[in-house]
Amino acid sequence: MSVLAVATDAVDGGQRALTMSLFVVFVVATLIITVRASRNNATAADFYSGGRSLTGPQNGVAIGGDYMSAASFLGIAGIIALSGYDGFLYSIGFLVAWLVALLLVAELLRNSGKYTMADVLAFRMKQRPVRVAAGISTITVSIFYLLAQMVGAGALVTLLLGVSSDTAKNITIVAVGALMIFYVTVGGMKGTTWVQIIKAVLLMTGTTLVTVLVMIKFGGSVSAMLGEAADRSGKGDAFLNPGLRYGTDAQGLTGKLDLISLGIALVLGTAGLPHILTRFYTVPDAKAARKSVLWAIGIIGSFYLMTICLGFGAAALVGPEAIRAQNPAGNTAAPQLAEAIGADFFGDIGGTLLLAIIAAVAFATILAVVAGLTLASSSSFAHDIYASVIKRGEVSEKDEVKVARIAAFAIGAVAIVLSIYAQKLNVAFLVALAFAVAASGNLPAILYSLFWKRFNTTGAVAAIYGGLLSAVVLVFFSPVVSGKVTPGTGGKADTSASLFPLGTDFSWFPLENPGLVSIPFGFFCGWLGTVLSKEYNAEKYAEMEVRSLTGAGSEKAVQH
Amino acid sequence: MSTTQSRSSTDAGGGSTFAEVQETEEFQGLKRTLRRFVFPATVLFLGWYLLYVLLSAYARGFLDNKLFGNINVAYVLGLLQFVSTFVIAYVYSRYAEKHFDPTADAIRHRLEGNES
Repeated sequence: MSVLAVATDAVDGGQRALTMSLFVVFVVATLIITVRASRNNATAADFYSGGRSLTGPQNGVAIGGDYMSAASFLGIAGIIALSGYDGFLYSIGFLVAWLVALLLVAELLRNSGKYTMADVLAFRMKQRPVRVAAGISTITVSIFYLLAQMVGAGALVTLLLGVSSDTAKNITIVAVGALMIFYVTVGGMKGTTWVQIIKAVLLMTGTTLVTVLVMIKFGGSVSAMLGEAADRSGKGDAFLNPGLRYGTDAQGLTGKLDLISLGIALVLGTAGLPHILTRFYTVPDAKAARKSVLWAIGIIGSFYLMTICLGFGAAALVGPEAIRAQNPAGNTAAPQLAEAIGADFFGDIGGTLLLAIIAAVAFATILAVVAGLTLASSSSFAHDIYASVIKRGEVSEKDEVKVARIAAFAIGAVAIVLSIYAQKLNVAFLVALAFAVAASGNLPAILYSLFWKRFNTTGAVAAIYGGLLSAVVLVFFSPVVSGKVTPGTGGKADTSASLFPLGTDFSWFPLENPGLVSIPFGFFCGWLGTVLSKEYNAEKYAEMEVRSLTGAGSEKAVQH
Repeated sequence: MSTTQSRSSTDAGGGSTFAEVQETEEFQGLKRTLRRFVFPATVLFLGWYLLYVLLSAYARGFLDNKLFGNINVAYVLGLLQFVSTFVIAYVYSRYAEKHFDPTADAIRHRLEGNES
């Protein structure tokens, strides 16, 4: 789901001004809310968890805002618009994943943890090794995800505002970085939450508007839309069937295994993403955590259902050629559809307006997600690594929060620099890698920790490092990093489809998605580490089990 | 230390230790109530999802069959994944409210009863 940079002159000045204005309104509104939220940002519980005072529905909407990234919004619509049915697999995997969070993780995590993922993992273990491992994993996953989003933002400015210079991209990356640092350092969890809630409402409104117009256009018939999309795709019925993009017959066995590997990582990754897990601490109790996930499932499910309309609608009404002409990966399919359908119903002005709205929503989407990632990683640094490991717990709450703010600044700065450096590279695979690491390292550790009596420090450390390292190493030696070639067509030279340029090839692992190997490996490491160690703390296990199931002694909401 | 609990780890409140609470029949029943639902449900939805992914990879001839107009088996199965997700989430929340929450609340209130 790469957001490739291409120059475009299809964007005119009026639309650009409108998109900019709408976006400025969003930024100003979120800045005001962030500053207001900062007034109640005194304690660590306020900064890390918004005082645990959100309601279930509020948190559910915020989870939607935290989760639905630009990769979902622009990427899935683009894949469907260009490759038809196969893009749907992402939509399904991203939704079904929430059942893992609902049934196995959300409530028990809320009851036994405090601020970070490591609070649960280290509950009955030796604090330092587990917190170091969890902190490293949290920061790694968040940085991968951040890079993909921020490089995407740089490319998006080209696509949506028609500015293609490197300077414009760099300015965008720095601006996005500066805003996310502001939201997090000033607003903490509360500020970040409201950015995510506003974004979710905007994203759902914009998407619903386009979907309704597309449905009216086709007389309410999904079948008619699919038929038109298939006709215009030039691929006929194959466009509506699985296998045009993933696991094609030409790719043979590897392609099909890659499809399965991707499917597994999508469904198991979500409940191991640190920026999602920390959201469960923002509500007063486990029942509210359950309710948040129910709301999130409703919102995220409706959104992913609408991606069908966005993708096939774009294929039918804009056509793959016009989409490819703007962006070969299809990332402009949704904005282009907005323009086409707006113009169809309300004339040129309607088209310009709808395009500007969807473009501004796309920027808002990126901002909300990167803010969530920065918050989760800086919290983990301050709470797990600084307070518990470096200072061995001998630190005041005030100093811990100060360090969290500094960490947010530092992580934001690192992300900005890396993104500027990486903007010429194809880094879209980093989202899939973040999911794979979360599913391979974090999820086994969380599930064992909540459900397996015997689980211990060695097991937790082994699961996290085993899953993290196997996922990263396998991706490094896979075709996404080196050796994948896009054959040149029409006399053009071959180009590299990997991170490394043409001519470098050190790939020996055939799958682009490591999950099929790294997820079982992570679970295996967790088991092996556990049985190799005799450590077992019956008292702490009793405390964790009673607390996680009943909520007795769990962290309470802050009263202001 | 920021990660320590506010009271000693053995004292669960209400005059009993966590280990004592853990051994009660009431608590063991609560644990069974949760696991009896979430484990089979997880096996069910993961299996059903995996089946869908495997069919997408290996049973394309079957998925390509059109059922209504241009809507083929693949879409119907994909939409059923959405439906099953919504249904399982709803059924779980009803189950938890009815069978899990009352016991969990009762134990928690007893343990926290002497606190503010």
